[in-house]
Amino acid sequence: MGKRVAKEVSIAVADAVAQCRVDVISAYPITPQTHIVEHLAELVNNGELDAEYIPVESEHAAMSACIGAAAAGARTFTSTSAQGLLFMYENLPIASAFRLPIVMVIANRSISAPISIWNDHSDVMTTRDLGWIQTFAENGQEAVDLIYHAYRVAEKCLLPVAVNLDGFIVTHVVEPIEMLDQELVDKYLPPLKMKYKLHPKKPITMGAIGVPEIYTEAKKALDEAFKASYRVVVQAWKEFEKLTGRRYQPVETYRMDDAEVAMVIMGSLAETASNAVDELRKKGKKVGLVRFRLWRPFPMQDFIKAIGKVKALCVVDRAVSHASTGGPVGIEVRSALYQSNKRPRVVNFIAGLSGRDVTKDDFIELFERTFEAISKKPKFSYEIYGVKE
Amino acid sequence: MPKDQGLMSWKELAPGMYILEPGNSAKFKTGDWRSHRPVLDKEKCIKCGQCYLLCPEPAYEPNEEGYFICNLYYCKGCGICAAICPKGAITMVLEEA
Amino acid sequence: MRPELAEFKPLSIKDLPKEDWFAPGHRACQGCGTVLPLKLALKALGPNTIAVSSTGCMEIISSPFPYSSWKVPWIHVAFENAASVASGIDAAIKALKRKGKLPKKEKINIVVFAGDGATFDIGLQFVSGALERGHNFIYICLDNEAYMNTGVQRSGGTPKFAHTTTSPAGKVIHGNVTWKKNLPGIIVAHNIPYFATASPAFYMDYINKVKKASLVEGPAFIHVYSPCPTGWGSKSEDTILLSRLVVETRLFPLFEVIDGKYYILNRKVDKPKPVEEYLKLQRRYRHLTQEEIELIQQKANEEYERLVKLCEVFAPPKEETKEKAKEG
Repeated sequence: MGKRVAKEVSIAVADAVAQCRVDVISAYPITPQTHIVEHLAELVNNGELDAEYIPVESEHAAMSACIGAAAAGARTFTSTSAQGLLFMYENLPIASAFRLPIVMVIANRSISAPISIWNDHSDVMTTRDLGWIQTFAENGQEAVDLIYHAYRVAEKCLLPVAVNLDGFIVTHVVEPIEMLDQELVDKYLPPLKMKYKLHPKKPITMGAIGVPEIYTEAKKALDEAFKASYRVVVQAWKEFEKLTGRRYQPVETYRMDDAEVAMVIMGSLAETASNAVDELRKKGKKVGLVRFRLWRPFPMQDFIKAIGKVKALCVVDRAVSHASTGGPVGIEVRSALYQSNKRPRVVNFIAGLSGRDVTKDDFIELFERTFEAISKKPKFSYEIYGVKE
Repeated sequence: MPKDQGLMSWKELAPGMYILEPGNSAKFKTGDWRSHRPVLDKEKCIKCGQCYLLCPEPAYEPNEEGYFICNLYYCKGCGICAAICPKGAITMVLEEA
Repeated sequence: MRPELAEFKPLSIKDLPKEDWFAPGHRACQGCGTVLPLKLALKALGPNTIAVSSTGCMEIISSPFPYSSWKVPWIHVAFENAASVASGIDAAIKALKRKGKLPKKEKINIVVFAGDGATFDIGLQFVSGALERGHNFIYICLDNEAYMNTGVQRSGGTPKFAHTTTSPAGKVIHGNVTWKKNLPGIIVAHNIPYFATASPAFYMDYINKVKKASLVEGPAFIHVYSPCPTGWGSKSEDTILLSRLVVETRLFPLFEVIDGKYYILNRKVDKPKPVEEYLKLQRRYRHLTQEEIELIQQKANEEYERLVKLCEVFAPPKEETKEKAKEG
C-alpha cells in the first residue's frame, strides 16, 4: 500500500502520468490545466521523467503531435480545457478512427463566449459523439486512479481516453492522495506494444480516403470496437481493485437502496450533493445519488439498474444545449430511460455554470422541487437554475 | 442496396482502416487514361535515363540492355518523356481507337 | 559552415538507386509536376523514411482506399497539421530510441509533403512551430500555386494576376490581386539548418538538396516549384519546360540558405529569358495586359537582384571552403 500524502491534485495527476512511463508529452497551456503540464515539464527537465516534452504552439498542434507520436508507437499524453479542446476538435475523431491509445486530461472549464476560466462541463459535452472513452473524477484520489486506468484501457482497446477533472475545484485543491507504488504501476501497465505502427520495417498507410464504398464499414468497425471497450473498462477497474482495494464502477450510487427520488450528477458536485442527501435522509426523505463515472461508452445497463425504483430523477447538468430537449446529461438520461421499461419523472436543471456555487441548500431545493414534480409535471424540459431574474 | 455497395465486410478491415499492403496501387491500371503513347527509337537513345527519372508515374523501367522501356499499363500519355529527351528519341503517337 | 554540407559530394544521375518508393497506379493528372518531385524525393531518401502528408492533391491521388502508392510508412491526418504530426513522430522516435525500444543507430528520415495551401496559409502556424522547436525532419512544400485539389482556388502562393476560381480574371478585377507570399523569407527567418528552393527541371540539383536535407540534424525545408497542367491550363508535356523557364526568367531563383546565415545562389541568371515566354504557355495568364507582364518582369528582376546581393554579402566563409578544397 502506498502512503497518503497531501498533494495538489494537478501535481498528483502529473506524477501519475510520469509513473505510467509516458514517452511523449505534447501540450499547450490553458487555465486551469496549467499546473499539470508545468509539473510534467519540471519532471522532464530535472531528469526525473524520461520523456520527450513538446511545447507545442497550439492545442491543435498538441493533439496532432500526439497522433503522430502514438502512430509511431509511443505512449502519449496531453491535457487541455475549454477553448483548447474546441481548437483541437478536428483531431479528436481522427485519433479515435486511427485507433490510437492517447490519454488526455480535460480540466473542465466553460466555453466562450463569454470567456470564462471557471468550471463547468460545457467543454467536454461538445465531444460526446467523437469516439473518445470518457471518465469523470469526483476528487483527487479518483483523478489519479483514473489516469492509471486510462492508459490500461486505452492500450488494450486501442482507443483514446479522456479523463475529466473539474477545473480549479478538483485540479487546484490539495487533497490527501495515495499514489500507487511504481512496481504496482508497472504490473498494471505493461509496456506499449502496437501491432501496426509507423516504422520502415513494416510500412502501412494511415489515413487513406474513406470512399463511399468503405466509410460505412469503417464507422461500423469503430463503433463495434467502442462498444466492446465497455468490458475492458470494467475489467480494468476490477484488476485495479485487486491491486489497491479501491473499487470503481461505471455508475456510482449513494444511498439508493430505497430511494424515491435520485439526483443524477457528474464530477465534483456529487460530493456536495451527497451532503444534501444525508441531510434529507435525516429528515426521513428517501433520496439518493446516481453518478456517472464512465460517460462513454454510455453505461446503459448500469444506469438503469442504479436508479432502482425511483419515482423521479433530478438530473443536474453543468452545460447548456440551447433550445434542445434538455442539458446534455438530461437528453441522454431521457433517451436511455425511453429504451427501458422504467418511467420515472425526469426533471432537468442546469446548475453550476462557470464556477457558480451550488451549495448543499441548493441541492436540497432541487430535491424538493423534484418531489413536487412527481405529482405535478413541470412545464419546462430544462431549467437554468440559480439565475438572477 | 446500400450494403452491396461496400467494398468489403467491416470485419475484414484492418483497425483504423489502415492499408497494410504498401504500394498496392501498382495493381491499378492508369494506362487507359491516355490518348497518346510514347514510342522509342533505340537508334537515337543514349540511355541517359531522363525519361525514366522525369516520368511522374513512374511508368519507365530499365531493361537488361540499359534502355528504359515504358510500361503501358501505367502510362498516361502526358508527353513529358518525348518533350525532354535530349536526342528526340521518343515520339508521341495517337493511340488506336 | 556545417561540415555535412560543406563536405557534401553531390550525386550524379548514375549514382541514383533504380528503385522507387512511390508506386505507379496513382491518380495524379497526366503530366503532374507535383507528384514528380514527390517521387524523386522518396528516391533520394530511400526506404528508411516515414512520410507525412497534408490533405491535398498528393494525399488524395496516393491513397484512395483500398489502394496506396506509398511504399514507405505514411500518415495523413488533416490539412494544416502535417508539421505537427511530424513533430510527434520525431519526438516518439527520439524517446523510443533513448529508452532502448528502437535501435539507436537506425536512421529514420521523417519527411512532410505539403502543398502551398497547407504551407503558406492554413498550416503556417504549424510549420513555424515545428521549425522553431527544431525537430529533425524535412519539410517539402510542393508549390503548385493554388488549392488545386479542391478546384484551383487561390492561395497565398498564387502569383499576382494569375487566374484561379476565387481570384478570377474578371472584367473589373484582373486575377489575383496580391504578389506571391514570400515564403522563403518566412522560413529563413527561423534560422533552420537548411533551406532550399528547387525545380524539377533541375532534378539533380533537387535530389542533391533532398539528400543534404536528410544529412542535417534539425529541420530542413525545401520549396519546390510544381507545375499543375490542370490548374494552370498548360500542356501536360510542358511541365519540365515550365520548370526550366521559371528559373531562367528569374521568377523562381534556385538558392540555399544555411542556418539562416549563409546564402548560396545555385544558378546565376545573368541573361534572363523574358517572362512572357513563361507566361504564354499557361492559360491562367492569358488575360494579361502588356503593362501587367512588365510589372511581373520588373518584380522578378528586383527580387532576383536582391537575392544576388544577399548571396554576395552573406556568402559562406571562404576560408572554410578554401581549407576543405586544400584537404580534398
